[in-house]
Amino acid sequence: MSQDILAGLAVILEEVAGVDPADVTPEKTFIDDLDVDSLSMVEVVVAAEEKFTVKIPDDDVKSLKTVGDAVSYIQRAGVAA
Amino acid sequence: MTTTPRQVVVTGLGALTPLGGDVASTWEGLLAGRSGVRRITEEWIQELPVHIAAPLAVEPPLGRVEARTLDRSQQMALVAAREAWADAGSPEVDQERLAACVASGIGGVTTLLSQHDVLREKGARRVSPHVVPMLMPNGPASTVGLAFGAKAGVHAPVSACASGSEAIALGLDIIRAGRADVVIAGGTEAAIAALPIAGFAQMQALSRRNDTPQTASRPFDKARDGFVLGEGAAILVLEAAEHAAARGARVHGVLAGAGISSDAYHIAAPDPAGAGAARAVRAALRSAELAPTDVIHINAHATSTPSGDLAEAVALRSAIGSHIDSVAVTATKSMTGHLLGAAGALEAVASILALRERIVPATRNLDALDDEIALDVVSIDNRKIGTGAALSNSFGFGGHDVCLAFTI
Repeated sequence: MSQDILAGLAVILEEVAGVDPADVTPEKTFIDDLDVDSLSMVEVVVAAEEKFTVKIPDDDVKSLKTVGDAVSYIQRAGVAA
Repeated sequence: MTTTPRQVVVTGLGALTPLGGDVASTWEGLLAGRSGVRRITEEWIQELPVHIAAPLAVEPPLGRVEARTLDRSQQMALVAAREAWADAGSPEVDQERLAACVASGIGGVTTLLSQHDVLREKGARRVSPHVVPMLMPNGPASTVGLAFGAKAGVHAPVSACASGSEAIALGLDIIRAGRADVVIAGGTEAAIAALPIAGFAQMQALSRRNDTPQTASRPFDKARDGFVLGEGAAILVLEAAEHAAARGARVHGVLAGAGISSDAYHIAAPDPAGAGAARAVRAALRSAELAPTDVIHINAHATSTPSGDLAEAVALRSAIGSHIDSVAVTATKSMTGHLLGAAGALEAVASILALRERIVPATRNLDALDDEIALDVVSIDNRKIGTGAALSNSFGFGGHDVCLAFTI
């Protein structure tokens, strides 16, 4: 499950910000490690909402520093839904 | 006490136009008298009264990721700026002495329209977070400023079809005033879309020669019936002469002066007496410390509208006097269509090349000069010229008049 989410995020990050899928590992931070700026991060979130059929409120996005944070958030949100 | 203003030279040129993907191919197209106008076959244009435009000859060569957060006008400006910067020798410049003046007449209008569709069809959550930086009229200036690290100021004068020339005039002022040593200056426009075309058509400003696109843009011709909307970008690297000399830069020409005025006549119609335009021409000559008799070539604004071309001819005679009979006038838009906010920048490039190569490209489609237009418009064959000054005019809806003066 979390591997599927990780792979799905890698596809989104490649599409939105040109990130090499091989670089997308749980400990990486979006902004400093993957060079995803705050505007592109919004695109990542909206694409992830659609791909994984979850809601990620803007207030929660700030807590998603690393890829791992996003994977767990999406996993929890998916279970809750 | 007066001091001689700093001389400003042009050390780099870049262009992405309906005639080619760079300056060399565009200039070759102008000399060959090629038309960049074609029939647009996409579905969205079918309901409009105008089916012709002058799109880019070559799509902006940018990577997918680089392009997706830039409006088309920004993409074009970036590509032209990279060419100009490389042409200038990719100089090492103190970033705090580097400015960018890149104008657009309309800004990111295709982004605005397509994102409005997204908003209506898919809702606010799906609107791109890049939409504001993509549609803002200063977006292209910022894109170029970021790409080259310009820290002395990023500017985007907005004056409709005079914007590109006004950006270059501003660059001149900035260097003369000592606020920067190098300015990346020019214009860009990407407005070939249903709403702008419908709007210009409603103003009766566009040619309706849908069946013969390549003859539609015919400045100064008796049978002209409006302009053809084009798209593209052109960028100049302006540099303080001493800065260029210190690094041994190759110099294309001198931006000797610029004149700016405004009509205060009508929001869109030209003043038939051409008073504002004539004031801009006189101001450019004063700024360049040139006499009317120094002028050997004029790249006219000449969009191919019945009233605009006529008013410009009146203005030129008023400002230059009888010497206008000895000036080789040309209308680049006969081949490129009207690039709106990029037009003045493209025509600045053409003016500099005409002086440097000592040849004026002929105006296309000038089958019969309008009887009321008393200008020596170069047509049929390109014309060799000597050395002297060239002027490039740009006028815009809103009553903007800008004239640039170049020497070699």
